[in-house]
Amino acid sequence: MSALTPELERKLDTAVERMPAFPRSVQRILELTRNINCLPKEIVAVIEKDPVMTMKIFKVINSAYYSLPTKITSIGQSVVYLGINTIKNLALGFAAAGILPRMNAAGFDIQRYLLHSLVVAGVARQLAIQFADDEADPGDCYIAGLLHDFGKVVFVQFLSAEFHDALAYAKENSLPLHEAERIVIGVDHGVVGARLAKRWTFPAHLIDCIRDHHQPAAAASAMLDCVRTADQLVRFREIGDSGNPWRDTEAPAAAARFGDDPENLLARLAPGSLEKIVAEAMVFAQLASEQ
Amino acid sequence: MKVRFWGVRGSIPAPGPHTIRYGGNTTCIEVRSDDGALLIFDAGTGIFPLAQELLKQMPVQASIYMTHTHWDHIQGLPFFTPLYIPGNSIRIHGGYDVVAGRGIEQVMEVQLQYSYFPVREAEMKAGIEYRTLRVGESVQVGDASVTPLLLNHPVVNFGYRVDCNGKSVFFTGDHEPWPNIYDPADEGYAEFQQMIDQQQAQLDQALAGLDIMIADCSYTAAEYPTRIGWGHGTLEGSIAWASRIGVKTLVCTHHEPTRSDDALEQAFAAALEHTGHASPAVGGLEILLAREGMELIL
Repeated sequence: MSALTPELERKLDTAVERMPAFPRSVQRILELTRNINCLPKEIVAVIEKDPVMTMKIFKVINSAYYSLPTKITSIGQSVVYLGINTIKNLALGFAAAGILPRMNAAGFDIQRYLLHSLVVAGVARQLAIQFADDEADPGDCYIAGLLHDFGKVVFVQFLSAEFHDALAYAKENSLPLHEAERIVIGVDHGVVGARLAKRWTFPAHLIDCIRDHHQPAAAASAMLDCVRTADQLVRFREIGDSGNPWRDTEAPAAAARFGDDPENLLARLAPGSLEKIVAEAMVFAQLASEQ
Repeated sequence: MKVRFWGVRGSIPAPGPHTIRYGGNTTCIEVRSDDGALLIFDAGTGIFPLAQELLKQMPVQASIYMTHTHWDHIQGLPFFTPLYIPGNSIRIHGGYDVVAGRGIEQVMEVQLQYSYFPVREAEMKAGIEYRTLRVGESVQVGDASVTPLLLNHPVVNFGYRVDCNGKSVFFTGDHEPWPNIYDPADEGYAEFQQMIDQQQAQLDQALAGLDIMIADCSYTAAEYPTRIGWGHGTLEGSIAWASRIGVKTLVCTHHEPTRSDDALEQAFAAALEHTGHASPAVGGLEILLAREGMELIL
């Protein structure tokens, strides 16, 4: 893990403020808010599928002005605190920042990245429900899964040339992407994502999970186990693309909890749960025709 | 402590023969602490007659607390005459608007754009200070302490609890008890309800030992189903709430602008009937309809 360069620190200050959201959520928010009687739950369903919008809501809700007794890690809770109309208008503001273009100078497919993030989120939640219900909150695991690779969107937006080189370096040298990022950019996406989460005073367990999902030596927690394992399963199945393809040499992230055979663990997921997660995610990532 | 109502109407002023008994001005409540500190809650059109009264008591030192910045709660602010007179000191408090990304200092700046009002803020000669408050953090004014609490309305809305020498009064501003955004059959219903219950429990805890609650009672329970999400409470709901947390006096305010005095009294009587409070002081709870000029001493 390396430190952030002063230049990247500076960029991070305004990073997410100006960051556009994903095409489907922007389109849905604009559609929904045209109708004054739109259902609040539909707005929530859109926001909680978009890592950028989710990040932005958490930034607002965890700000010092609300000095809330507990840190907020769910969009539902944010609605209770701020009211659905405020959330709706915030989302409309996010939509006004435009949409992330699918392709970019980094050569990173943002929609396949979204599919990866959504399925990791869903699988992390499913793993928590089935195997760690008393130890990890399934909702927190979903959010951690959704946001675990947020640092990559930051790279795409603000260090696209460097990220392009890191992706190429990883491929040429058969290295995990986070290792290539450390070599080429000087810092990996986990550190960058966690830096933002920390700046906005997200809860510690969420910051840790984002930072440590590629740190084998990090202190284990049920939530980290679920997120890392979900990430592996999704890459193993080649669903979406995080820029970091599955390698047969990978050690299982949480063998003690989930065993060491991804195929076997997938078979133990509740029947149909993975298919449902993938189907919903593909619609949202607008990849229905692709796979 | 003394509480005086200068505006009790919701949404828009409603002058005329049908509202003469309860009044047509929008929200403004004056609170005087035991040692005379002046606290004003909201600056609806009711703040104008209050301003006339204050001109007899110069210099004015006032702490104004905005529950939120919807028009009916700020409309009278530029007509608060003490703002124009040197030597007066006015401190305006309110919450942080997350959608605009700004604190309460924007309240008059937005309102006084030149196309909408002839005087600029810079031309107001009183000492004007703004203070953006954080949820739950009390501020001291003389011998009173004011605590902002986060309630539920389409814009960030603070309810304010005032404590003074062991007595307390709470004003909700505009508040709709948190509705569940899911249908009972939806997957998210139970979890969301749990969050709401937790939020309500926290608020109830912050209101422990309350003497007077002044609550948004815009609607009747029968009217509410077609107004869910509009950000207002009901007569019946507020009575049940006040009763549950053991408030001594509930004052129902934010009267619907379309409701005549007679209709308001009918709705009030029906609500008392429905909630089992038809005979006076059931369970020790006194329930009043807010009326312009009404004064409560505690």
